[in-house]
Formats: sequence, C-alpha cells, structure tokens
Amino acid sequence: MNIHEYQAKEILAGYGVKIAEGGIAYSVEEAAQRAREIEGDVWVVKAQIHSGARGKAGGIKVCKTHNEVETAAEELLGKTLVTHQSGPAGKLCSRVYIEAGTKIAKEVYLSFLIDRSTERVIMVGSAQGGMEIETLAKEHPEAIVKIYIEPAVGLQDFQARKMAFALGLDSSLLNHAVKTIKGCYRALRDLDANILEINPLVVSSNHEIIALDAKMAFDENALFRRHKIAELRDNSQVDPREVAAAEVGLSYVGLDGDIGCMINGAGLAMATMDMIKLAGGEPANFLDVGGGASAERTEKAFRLVLADQNVKAMLVNIFAGINRCDWIAEGVVQAVKNIGMQVPLVVRLSGTNVEEGRRIIADSGLKIITADTLAEAAEKVVAARNQVVAQEG
Amino acid sequence: MAILIDESTRIIVQGFTGKIGTFHAQEMIEYGSNVVGGVTPGKGGQTHLGLPVFNTVKEAVQQVGAEASIVFVPPAFAADSIMEAADAGIRYCVSITDGIPTQDMMTVKNFLRRFPRKERMMLTGPNCAGTISPGRSMLGIMPGHIYSRGNVGVVGRSGTLGYEAADQMRLLGIGISTSVGIGGDPIIGSSHLDVLQKLEKDPETKVALMIGEIGGPMEVDAGIFFKENMTKPLVAYIAGLTAPEGRRMGHAGAIISSAGESAAEKVAILKELGVTICPTPSLMGQTVAEVMAKL
Repeated sequence: MNIHEYQAKEILAGYGVKIAEGGIAYSVEEAAQRAREIEGDVWVVKAQIHSGARGKAGGIKVCKTHNEVETAAEELLGKTLVTHQSGPAGKLCSRVYIEAGTKIAKEVYLSFLIDRSTERVIMVGSAQGGMEIETLAKEHPEAIVKIYIEPAVGLQDFQARKMAFALGLDSSLLNHAVKTIKGCYRALRDLDANILEINPLVVSSNHEIIALDAKMAFDENALFRRHKIAELRDNSQVDPREVAAAEVGLSYVGLDGDIGCMINGAGLAMATMDMIKLAGGEPANFLDVGGGASAERTEKAFRLVLADQNVKAMLVNIFAGINRCDWIAEGVVQAVKNIGMQVPLVVRLSGTNVEEGRRIIADSGLKIITADTLAEAAEKVVAARNQVVAQEG
Repeated sequence: MAILIDESTRIIVQGFTGKIGTFHAQEMIEYGSNVVGGVTPGKGGQTHLGLPVFNTVKEAVQQVGAEASIVFVPPAFAADSIMEAADAGIRYCVSITDGIPTQDMMTVKNFLRRFPRKERMMLTGPNCAGTISPGRSMLGIMPGHIYSRGNVGVVGRSGTLGYEAADQMRLLGIGISTSVGIGGDPIIGSSHLDVLQKLEKDPETKVALMIGEIGGPMEVDAGIFFKENMTKPLVAYIAGLTAPEGRRMGHAGAIISSAGESAAEKVAILKELGVTICPTPSLMGQTVAEVMAKL
C-alpha cells in the first residue's frame, strides 16, 4: 500500500529525520493559509499523488509570493496528472502540500527495501541525487552503493557511517547523517514498510540534512497490525475496479483488453491470460477468485468483471482443488441468471467433481460455451469475442 | 524413498483443531498420509479426528515421533509456529498459510539459518499448496486424485497451475515422483533451486518440471544451477508472459536484480542455459512427454 509524500514525511519526522516546514491543503484558501503560516520567501506547492516523477509532469511548482501559491494550488487541485510512472489514466490530485523552499547545497539518494534474494533489508545510496534510480542504475551503476542489513542485529552505526561517507556527506554532518539513516531504517522495520525512498535527500545551504521528498510503501499483509498506517489508504489513487474488488476480498487488476476473466489461483490466472493472448485476444482483467469460491463470491466476481464496459466475452477457468466444480457451476449458473448476462461466456472446469459440474452447466439451459482444456477455452473465448465485434461492426 | 515425504513420514498438523486444519487433516488421512496428531496450544491432551492433540510441537516430536508438519495457523501467528517447528526438531515443514507479513518471513529465515545445515528444518511455502508424492503421502491441500505416480519431479510457485500441469501429465499417462509447491510470496522457505537439488539426487526422478512466474531472480538461479550441476533434463514454463509491466510495487526494486524479472526475459535466459521451455501453459504435459521420449 502506497501513501502520500506528506504522510511519509510526517512519519519520518517522528523518527528524527529532518523535513522542511510544510502543511497540507485541500483547497486554494487552505493553500494560501499554509503559505502564510510558513515563514520565508519561497514556497513549493507539491501535488500529492501516488506516483513519482511529478516534477516533469508539472506537479511541483516553486512560488515566490502568496498569490503564486494560490495560482499553483488552483492549477493542481482537481487535476489529473499523468507521469511516466502513473499509467496513462494518470492520478487525480485532490490535495497539495505547501512546503518552505530549501536552498540546496547537495543532493543525494537514499532508499531502503526488502531484497527478495538475500531476504534482508538493503540500504541503497548514491551521491548523485535527484535522478531516478532506474536511470542511474543503467547509466552509472558504479555510483550506487548497497549495504545489506542483518535482520537479527539491525542497522549498525558503522554501516550508517559507511553510507554517509559513500554519499559524500561532509564529516561535520556525520552525526546528523547517522541519525537520519538509522531513523529511516527504524521506520521501515517498525511499521512493516517494504520500500522507503528519499530522493533527494539534501544538504541545505545552512548545513542541515533534509528529506526533500519521501516515498513509503507498506506490506498489505502486515496492515492488520498497523492500524494507523492502514488509515492512510487513499482509494482515490487506486483503480476503482481494484478498490471494489478488494472490498469483497478478490484480487483484481484492470487491464486494457476486452476478454473478461475469472480464474482461481494467481499462477493459473496469469497462465490463462497468456493463453488468451496467444490465441489472439486481449484480457480485460486479472481476477483470482481464490480457494473457497462460494456461489455468492462467484456472483460478485461476475459483477466486477462485467462492470467493465469494454468486456465483449468472458472466460471462467477453474481448477478445483479445495473447491468443487459442482459448487462453482451452481455459482456460475446463478450469477448468469441473476445478472442477466448478455456477453458470451466460456466455462472450463477441471478437478474435483468435474463431471457433476459439467452436468449442471449443460442442464441449466443457459447459453454457456464449455471447454475441456485450457487451449480450447482460450480459442473459444477469442472466437466468441471476434463474433461479437463482427456483429457490432 | 521419494524426496521429502513418503508413506512412513510421521506428520503433525499445526492449527489442527481449526476449521481449515481439520478439513485438510481429514483429506490427508483419507489420501493415506501418516498423520500422527496435531498441535493447538491450550488444547493439549484432547483427541481430535481420533488423534492426539499437543500443546507444543516439542511434545509431538517426543511423544509420537513427529518428523514433518503442516501449518494452517492464521497469518499473524504462522511465523511463530514455523519457528516452533524448527526448534522442536521437525525435519520438514510446509506452511500453507497465505498472508504472512514479509518481515515475519525475514525473521523466520534468519532463525532457520542459525541451525547448522545438517540440523536445519526444510521449509516450503508459505502461501503454497504443499507437497505430494503420489500414492504415498500428501502434505498439502491439493486434489490428490489428479496426481499419478511416476518419474517427473515438479516444482512450482502456484497451486492451481501445478494442478493443471499434473492433470495434463496424467492424461498423457505421465506420473509424478514428487510435486512441491514453493509458494508465491516474496520471501519463501525454499527456492526452485533448493528443490531441484533434491530432485537431481532422487533416483525416481528422471525429468524435472519447473513452473515459475514473473518477479524475483529465483527461476534464473535455478537455470544456472541446472546448467552447472544437473544431469537430468529440466522443462520450464514461466507464467505472466503477457502480464503488463510496471504493475508491481518496485521502483527501487528494479535495481537489485541484475538479471531480468519479466517472463520474457526469464524465458530468454533459461533458453540460453539449455532449459526446455513450454511455449504455452497448455503444453506443459506435451513438452514433458517429448523430453521423456528422448531419454
């Protein structure tokens, strides 16, 4: 789960990381008020969206007067920003963060994340801040420093010092740097974050180390014990279809194609999508209906898939292990009847009680296309989709 | 014996008396697995499904000689249960539980590394379907009837995609020596490579099938192991060839692995390493059959 920059900064400030003075605003008036509260003669108005690369997309504006702050806020609030990380649909900006301008003497990069291969937290730094880390990794891999942290003992001072020197921070700032670096690590560990990235971490002209940007992402599996973090969820930054799916406990990812899918198991879902594409179609979604697919859950999944107006045909592919094909079949029949489904439906059932499941589908009298194998299912659903398109066209 | 488990392996169920633990314990017993009891803290001394319930894993090891365990404990407590099993001297543990926090798994792996290699418990999962040696023992939640006994060793991240593979092979008359689900979480007990090491040494396994997916470096590591150390053929399918890029969380994550993490990149690397690739998921059985025919 992602959070906004200002929320991450608030968290980090609690761990001893210095941030610039700032405040959040939901309206132009609030933005002006925040600017008046913050001393100085330069303010930065920053769009709060769950995406990086906001600067290039016009989401960060430097202002010299209160009037400019108002104008910047007016421009950003309610606007959908498309960055090269946000996806083509972009992200809606409904709050802006007003921050005191910082005079920058030096910019560096610092991040922490959980590394899958070493199963440890890894601290990544570079003396070249401000640049996107992917670009840096490609163009100057030698400029990136990685330090692995032993889970049992945690981040040690010598490791923090090593990073501070690698970042090229002045010796006079060493203590402050160690405090900042250790604070970040503690925030990641204490709060079950997967990623914490500060880009840039800057040294200001008055010799302070300041987190000028902050990104944190949290482990969804740990939110049950991180209630305060869970409250920071901002559904306006997530595909509404995914939000609706999460509410009923289904795993859904919206895609750009027109063949709706309902499958059990993430691996089989990905494999089925591969098959659809190989058969010449494009999946409209990834949907893992999970192990215990009751009739009610099946109907919810159908509604979710069919809520996408692009869907021209739908494929159900179930390999029943804990599930039983007869239960799934009953759920499918009930869903088709209750929803009054119009688009063609292909159902492929396999596994536990498959004969019984197929009989229920056949006896239902509904226009459901059945398939025995994965390949046949993909071919049939693509053919059905093409027929719909031909009729429309 | 097959790798990991066989008909004599003494199994306990952690989270035995819960709804899910009960259901799957019954299924395993019906399949013929040698389930000798279970653990539910606070319910020690009771009898469940005609078998003894223990307060601790240690008691189960001491009193009924438990060697393997399967964990159905809820996510918040599962890491603790896995570590308890390791501490008690369980040899092999399968964690079915889905939704364990990543940092908990980091702790578990760190805990396991403290044991000398010879005494270290093998863990597969979490978030997996378990392990089955068809006709002998099932330590998992899979539909046992779709697996027939034979000479193909299977390792995969996904449960249902593993069923699909087993079913395709069964329909072609190909059996399985052992099928191991390693789970879909970012940090898991054993990797593809760990299981391939065992399959390579297993006299009953003639061909190995690896079912991988996008993300992480594991499939490529396994491919390198295959090229350098394996005498048996390796067949692989990588799911997610058509999965859209950039839908994963990472940003900083991308810089960690020098090898590619998309399915297309993994397939290209594996091909170069001499692994036989299943071009589509509907051809897993067929591709294995072709490799078997050449033996």
